Amino acid sequence: MDALTAARLQMTVSLGFHMVYAAIGIGLPLLMVLVEGMYLRTGQPHYKTLAKTWAKTTGLLFAVGAVSGTALSLELGLLWPKYMELLGAVVGHIFGLEGYAFFLEAIFIGLYLYGWDRLGPRAHWWCGVVIAVSGMLSGVFVLGVNAWMQQPVGFEWDGDRVTVTDPIAIFKQPLWFYMAWHSTLACYLSVAFAVAGWYAWRALRGQHDARISTALAVALLVGGISAFLQPLSGDLLAKYVFKTQPAKFAAMEGQFVTQTYAPLRIGGIPDEETQTTDWAIEIPGGLSFLATGDPSAEVPGLDQVPREDWPNVELTHLAFQVMVGAGTLLMIVSAWFWWCYWRHRERLLENRWLLWTLVVAAPLGFIGLEAGWFVTEVGRQPWIIQHVMRTRDAVTPADGVVGVFYGFALLYLVLGVTVIVLLRRLANRPSAE
Amino acid sequence: MSGWPNLWSDLSAATALVGMIAYALFGGADFGGGVWDLFAFGERKAAQRQAIQRAMGPVWEANHVWLILVIVVLFTCFPRGYSVLGVALFLPFHLALIGIMLRGASFVFRAYQSPQKEAATTPSVWGVVFGVASLISPILLGAAFGAVTEGAIRVDSEGQIGLIEPDAWRTPYCIANGLLALCTCGYLAAVYLTNETHGPLREDFRRRAIVAGTGTAICAAVVMGLARSEATWFYERLWSLRSLPVVVCGLGCFVGSAWAVFSRHYVWSRLFAAAEIALLIVGWGLAQYPFLIYPDITFAGVAAPEPTLRFLVLSLPVGAALVLPSLWLLMRVFKNTPLTEPVETPAAAQ
Repeated sequence: MDALTAARLQMTVSLGFHMVYAAIGIGLPLLMVLVEGMYLRTGQPHYKTLAKTWAKTTGLLFAVGAVSGTALSLELGLLWPKYMELLGAVVGHIFGLEGYAFFLEAIFIGLYLYGWDRLGPRAHWWCGVVIAVSGMLSGVFVLGVNAWMQQPVGFEWDGDRVTVTDPIAIFKQPLWFYMAWHSTLACYLSVAFAVAGWYAWRALRGQHDARISTALAVALLVGGISAFLQPLSGDLLAKYVFKTQPAKFAAMEGQFVTQTYAPLRIGGIPDEETQTTDWAIEIPGGLSFLATGDPSAEVPGLDQVPREDWPNVELTHLAFQVMVGAGTLLMIVSAWFWWCYWRHRERLLENRWLLWTLVVAAPLGFIGLEAGWFVTEVGRQPWIIQHVMRTRDAVTPADGVVGVFYGFALLYLVLGVTVIVLLRRLANRPSAE
Repeated sequence: MSGWPNLWSDLSAATALVGMIAYALFGGADFGGGVWDLFAFGERKAAQRQAIQRAMGPVWEANHVWLILVIVVLFTCFPRGYSVLGVALFLPFHLALIGIMLRGASFVFRAYQSPQKEAATTPSVWGVVFGVASLISPILLGAAFGAVTEGAIRVDSEGQIGLIEPDAWRTPYCIANGLLALCTCGYLAAVYLTNETHGPLREDFRRRAIVAGTGTAICAAVVMGLARSEATWFYERLWSLRSLPVVVCGLGCFVGSAWAVFSRHYVWSRLFAAAEIALLIVGWGLAQYPFLIYPDITFAGVAAPEPTLRFLVLSLPVGAALVLPSLWLLMRVFKNTPLTEPVETPAAAQ
């Protein structure tokens, strides 16, 4: 393995790992605050029990997210020093803003977890609100930096160092806005359906009480709203990518040849050799319409892009299909759940088909989240900063990259396995729920 | 501003220095807590661990953020300095990172391994990992610090980055720096813990403060002795008028805290110990300035363009206005009430 591959794999493992915990740190506090709020309004104890359970889970997972996030702040510079030199000077201050948000989150997590008996009920609830808001903002700020990698703005670079910067330019860059919506919703979606799947499983195991139905309703409220907003945010984002990153857009859609009335391909396997996407269900004019609003519009294919600037088309297209597929299924599941809820609310926990579907759908949000991230980052290759710096030119010249990768892969494996073991223990505790 | 050409670069450097002081005072003490957890012994072994768990539980994550602040200021304001450090100290930084990650993760893992209140303090694999990671991380960070003051990191005219020799971060001078960092963390933790405990337990931590304080003094003397030959430029600047007054005040505070520990004036010992660390880090900064990495990288030479610096520095009061009152609230809720009743870990709560 060469250093470039090892460094890219280390980023894949580190980010893929951190993203799960970051999403939980954004999504779970929202659910927690909602049920604690219901407890404050109604005084019914099962709401508080749920809030406490989710707080405990958040406590464990937030800590893992905090350490894996710290790792990333160092790894970016250690593995990609040239990239960090450019990025730091131009949008490092966005990481600074993220730092403030994260600081607040860390402080109020301490207050929330350890403060049940030391703070008044309302003060305690407000601490939860600060966690939910600052967690969401941390994510939004990180996305600002990511949006800048996709569409760099606000600087002049002479090939060696940054000579001019405009720290405000990034705030006016539209991609950030579209990505922030799409990714924040994805976090809520992932967490909500994971929670719903877990409580559906408990219901199937015979636990039928107010906690279970409350958890399902809250999770599907957040999950359902997110699932139905997600196609809108995705459409806005895709239209913008079409305008600004045509190579990525073409790879997402498996569009090798520039054409008018370009079809929307559902599924299919792109082949970079033959430059065709086979086995896809094609909707004529669909892609032209989605990209521009006009079914006859011309969609530039990968033939407009020099071959060495192509991303991995197979992976980008596949990840995009997985993401859209997962999102679509979650919309259907949400609609079905609320239909059943509306029709026969009291027998909800006896509807085994629905419960099993929720169990199966539990990982779909996270699968969609990771797949969407693959689309964004694999589709950006071979650039680490679009049209400015290539990934291979940014990798560290230091020795030992491969060894460090193996070490970190092992470390993440140990952390991940331990978290699963501890979550199981937490769930099986008789005193807890 | 014509009178002060490097104003924004200097302010950015000062921000990084303040972040380092805060990380040393808060994060450093948490490392020390882990070390005392590892070396807990005697009839009050469990009580010692319980006190450390109680002291760190609600605050360690917030304390940890100071490190992130330092990193962010470095890569935003001095991007090339950061990349040079990252290339030259690739291995020690990664090792320190593993230590920092394991420290945080294991602290939470051991608290969650069983519903018992004592979960965090009964011997376990994660308990040992927590202690060992707390022991190793400050040594590695201190050694990296040593490599910088040693002048071991060089950038040639073509921009090639390297250490003067591959193991320049493991020289006796660097290891001595690492041990100094470790002893300092242990000293701070023990002094803070005397302020959060009572009776015989407090005496336990007082004795640990004396041990770690003695260790700190010895390590500091060794570092200075080695610096004369290994880091001559740094040694000379540290003992020149630019930083000597601050260093002398810092040493005075060290003496003050030693007196306070011996005479059981615990509040004073905390105050003096914190002032000592803060002043000595300022003294280091003054000696180091204008070099970020001696002799090739100066702060002004690698500073990002001014608008970036200005944005970051001017955002600080806004960030501080949000963060400092919150920190104050955190400390008030958890540190100002006498901790006589056992506080439950979140895993054990309910």
